[in-house]
Amino acid sequence: MNLFIASVQRDLLVHFRHPSEVLNPLIFFVVVISLFPLGIGPEPGQLKEIAPGIVWVAALLATLMSMDSMFRSDFEDGSLEQVVLSEQSTFIFVLAKVASHWLLSGLPLVLLMPLAALLLFLDEAGIWALTLSLLLVSPTLSLLGGIGAALTVGLPRGGLLVTILVMPLYVPVLVLATAMVQAAEAGSETIGYIYWLLAILFGAVCLAPIATAAAVNVATDQ
Amino acid sequence: MFKWFHRLGSPKIFFEMSGRWQVPLLWLSVVMLTGGAAWALLFVPPDYQQGNSVRIMYIHVPAAILAQSGYVMMSGAAAVFLIWRIKLADVAVKCIAPLGASITFIALLTGAIWGKPTWGTWWVWDARLTSTLVLFFLYIGVIALRSAMERHAGAGRACAILALVGVVNLPVIKFSVEWWYTLHQPASFSLTEKPTMPVEMWLPLLVMVVAYYLFFFAIWIMRIRNEILLTEKNTDWVKQWLATR
Amino acid sequence: MVIQMLQVRNARCERDGRQLFEDLSFSLAPGELLQVVGGNGSGKSTLLRALLGLYTDCQGDINWSLDEAPLYLGHRLGIKQSLTVIENLRWFGVLREAPVSQDRIDEAVYKLGLTGFEDSLCAHLSEGQRKRVALGQFLIMDNPCWVMDEPFSAIDADGLSFLMAILQEHLDVNGGIVISTHQPITIDRPINTLALQ
Repeated sequence: MNLFIASVQRDLLVHFRHPSEVLNPLIFFVVVISLFPLGIGPEPGQLKEIAPGIVWVAALLATLMSMDSMFRSDFEDGSLEQVVLSEQSTFIFVLAKVASHWLLSGLPLVLLMPLAALLLFLDEAGIWALTLSLLLVSPTLSLLGGIGAALTVGLPRGGLLVTILVMPLYVPVLVLATAMVQAAEAGSETIGYIYWLLAILFGAVCLAPIATAAAVNVATDQ
Repeated sequence: MFKWFHRLGSPKIFFEMSGRWQVPLLWLSVVMLTGGAAWALLFVPPDYQQGNSVRIMYIHVPAAILAQSGYVMMSGAAAVFLIWRIKLADVAVKCIAPLGASITFIALLTGAIWGKPTWGTWWVWDARLTSTLVLFFLYIGVIALRSAMERHAGAGRACAILALVGVVNLPVIKFSVEWWYTLHQPASFSLTEKPTMPVEMWLPLLVMVVAYYLFFFAIWIMRIRNEILLTEKNTDWVKQWLATR
Repeated sequence: MVIQMLQVRNARCERDGRQLFEDLSFSLAPGELLQVVGGNGSGKSTLLRALLGLYTDCQGDINWSLDEAPLYLGHRLGIKQSLTVIENLRWFGVLREAPVSQDRIDEAVYKLGLTGFEDSLCAHLSEGQRKRVALGQFLIMDNPCWVMDEPFSAIDADGLSFLMAILQEHLDVNGGIVISTHQPITIDRPINTLALQ
């Protein structure tokens, strides 16, 4: 537990001193969202209809952009092998890295959601559903992305590879989350989706760090 | 049983044993493939709705089945490698990934060709096609990771981890895509849920499925043997084997 | 009969189709220093990493009998550039679950010659100073065994004599050290040498 808290503190401190790594994906997110009206046309009805999909795809891409850095600096400066060497659980360390990744990339995206939704003319029910769905899903995105980040950490240009590895794993949450927003806009019940997303999140919390920790061990084995 | 398993884990013994199987296996699969294809293309009566285009089914359905079970087989080998550290299992993972990707590609391609006369369009975001597409991406991921890590000793373990993560996700992906499909589209053109297939249609299909499996195994074994020769090229037994050729 | 800290039997390692070492057997007892020497690419770093279990593609028996895992200084120092000297030292303590008092950290900073740099980011330090920070882990914790890969590189003459002193001190309290370096080690103790081709 000590390691978990200390590691999250350490990551927050490092990123607080170098905020650009955190800010760039957020700026990317807003830019991508504002490109769609320019490409499709400013007609509110049309934008509103495809808004959940646009926002979700943009959020996935923004998350993936920040994913590559999850373990990279720790790998390059040797912190990662010190963790593996110590008798501390790599599982807990990995979970802490995922938690700080979520605090630094998932949570800010959730906070930006209402802005994105306004740009695309979503109504109030839609905005709430969108924000809630991202709140439920973004930890899962960080957990699954961590696997890809750890697998590619030893490679010189892992960024694009992470996207290829992780994107298929994101399909279920993407499908459920956009469906949830559409259901909310249509005025129907969303509680079922919430349960499903929570179930997936729970499964990911239990299983993903096992794979990530194993991948970290492989990365330091050289 | 376990002893046998361990014995087979030695590249040399696998090479010797598979040397005896591979030729008959390949011949059997080729005979069954040509026989099954001839049966399906020439003798099966055309479907009363789809006409002759139904014959693509005999190419498509076995490929689709094999695409999925190929991934499961790959992750099985991956698990064996991670748990028992049997190098041969890693070789098996390495050799099956491109095979699985190709068969998945065939499934997608024949699905599209079948789609044109039946649905009037090459591509439909049908539940099965979509999850096959995602499966294709999963295979591509394993292949891409392997080629990116070519010079790393950990490539095998990394790919094995990825394969296992994929196989855990596979049912979730399948379920979510199927559910997404029923949500977005009414099941107006369901191909796969035929009422009941008459025996003269499913029997050749069964032959084709078995033939696909045998062919797949034969090619897989051949690839593994190649890989063994490459990695063990400095050992005495390979040199001896080469001398007798 | 002395209880060995580390016992290695028939270690063998091949990398990229090249035999790095084979039939390597040695041991390390408390109070002993083992110096690993060998040319560039002879597998010194690989051997040390294999001892620690960081590199697993080696055959042979490697047995540790220690209560606490050895401390390790590698080519990658384990120092975060955007953390200060103190923060980095604290992190070493967290990793090893060692309660490190402020006094001990202050003392280490003083000994390392980093007084005045306590709150500087490691990015602003020189290469040699960063190495000193990484060496700080050996001063703030009491793990019985140290594994050091080229600890003298980038270190000036002052640092060198200071390093020799802490090596001596550690051996005097019955610690064990495995070190890879070309530098002659000038301490008042017998040194075991392991030469790799």
